[in-house]
Amino acid sequence: MGTKKHHISIITGNDAAAEAVKLCGVQVVAAYPITPQSSVVEALSKYVEQGIMNAEFVTVESEHSALGVCIAASTVGARVFTATSANGLAYMCEQVHWAAGARLPIVMCCVNRAMAAPWSVLNDQQDSMTMRDAGWIQIFCRNNQEIHDTVIQAFKIAETVHVPVMVCYDGYILSHTVMPVELVSQEKVDAFLPKYVPHTILDPSHPRNLNPVTLADPRKDGSGTLCHGYMELRYLHQEALLNSPAAIVAADKEFGKLVGRNWGGMVWGYRNEDAEILLMAAGSLTMELSVAVDAMREEGIKVGVLGLRVYRPFPNKELVEAVRKAKLVAVFDKSLSYGNEGPICADLKSALYTSGVSPVVHGYITGLGGRDVKYRHLIEAAKKSIAALNNGNPVKETEWVNVQI
Amino acid sequence: MATRDCGQESAMSTPCIGEAGHTGDWRSVRPKFDETKCLAVKAGRPACFQCWAYCPEGVIKKEIGTEVDLDYCKGCGICAEVCPAGAITMVPENAEDAE
Repeated sequence: MGTKKHHISIITGNDAAAEAVKLCGVQVVAAYPITPQSSVVEALSKYVEQGIMNAEFVTVESEHSALGVCIAASTVGARVFTATSANGLAYMCEQVHWAAGARLPIVMCCVNRAMAAPWSVLNDQQDSMTMRDAGWIQIFCRNNQEIHDTVIQAFKIAETVHVPVMVCYDGYILSHTVMPVELVSQEKVDAFLPKYVPHTILDPSHPRNLNPVTLADPRKDGSGTLCHGYMELRYLHQEALLNSPAAIVAADKEFGKLVGRNWGGMVWGYRNEDAEILLMAAGSLTMELSVAVDAMREEGIKVGVLGLRVYRPFPNKELVEAVRKAKLVAVFDKSLSYGNEGPICADLKSALYTSGVSPVVHGYITGLGGRDVKYRHLIEAAKKSIAALNNGNPVKETEWVNVQI
Repeated sequence: MATRDCGQESAMSTPCIGEAGHTGDWRSVRPKFDETKCLAVKAGRPACFQCWAYCPEGVIKKEIGTEVDLDYCKGCGICAEVCPAGAITMVPENAEDAE
């Protein structure tokens, strides 16, 4: 397939992710099955058994162990991958923090699924959002091509800034839906992604203490060097996240030059050049918003999509620029910070507070637990916001879309 | 920040004595030996060494005439508990050798 210039495969989001992992020369995969993620690592298991992927596939008894194996393998210098969803991600929570605190360049797909209880295998983004403060980079993909390309970019970003990357995409809507995907050639991936040079490596001939009990204050080590205390290590971690947009944007640009497509870096827009109304979301919901925008443009409404690609680090500056000319931003969250509002909506307001840019911001909760979101629901919501704006009474509580209570 | 000069981005160091700091700093009581009661001293030959065997920090030397590395003794008092001769008592850290 590498000889053809444009080889288009009709594949699911999970296969698009697995193909990318294979191309990236991942050396260790550890995973535990959970719907809707399972078929990512089933595909990888098949590649390893068939001998077309030279990796160790470690079957473990839990997601906690899956990420534990990845942490260990990454620490000894391997390029590693895992994938999970919902309760699996919650079960590995402790290791999610550990991977980030140890500054390991692990890439994990989080195939977004609603959190139990009650059980739901269907899509929303509550799982990723509950891990937003764990210190990972979180990138949300809008379609299967972006999943394929973003997994490749994710290794480059992670290995540049030494922060793990969670590639998030909507369960079933993308994970199990086939779409045309152009697989990147091995030659191009090899040119894009250099061999991983580990920064923390375990070597029996040069033993090290890794992540030991670290006291509150800085102190000298055995050789007399003043070492970081816990707070200094957290400061460096935050510094790495805050500086990472440069690496994220650079990876997307370099990828674009090499492959011929890129994904907007931190944020992207659709028909938003002259838009007074912006409809904002992360993930596949932005595609449905694009349909809604096309329909509303037919009616002459100046409306566009504001796509949030990277949720952590939160693109404060980019969003301020993106909404500078807008009168209204309607934010559609597929998750909820219980007792407050949608997390993307809250973070957008926070970004705007000191910026001097102050469009009206309305929050909508959509699609929890797989509740279908049709473009007409989005148009109805957008028109409610526009009406509130035009009535001169723009303050509006968060509203739930298509809730039938 | 001064610690930036160490050049590390995660907690990582070379193992050596004192790498985790002087853990003896945590101590609030220290072992005090009465050599007139110590079985090894009285016998004048290697004997007993229960304090050495039970010390969780490995800071008591297996020698006649007891010596403790107070840089790393946390003052747990296990040596005083196990001494069959009652030769070890735990005294407050600020009491020094005052009787």
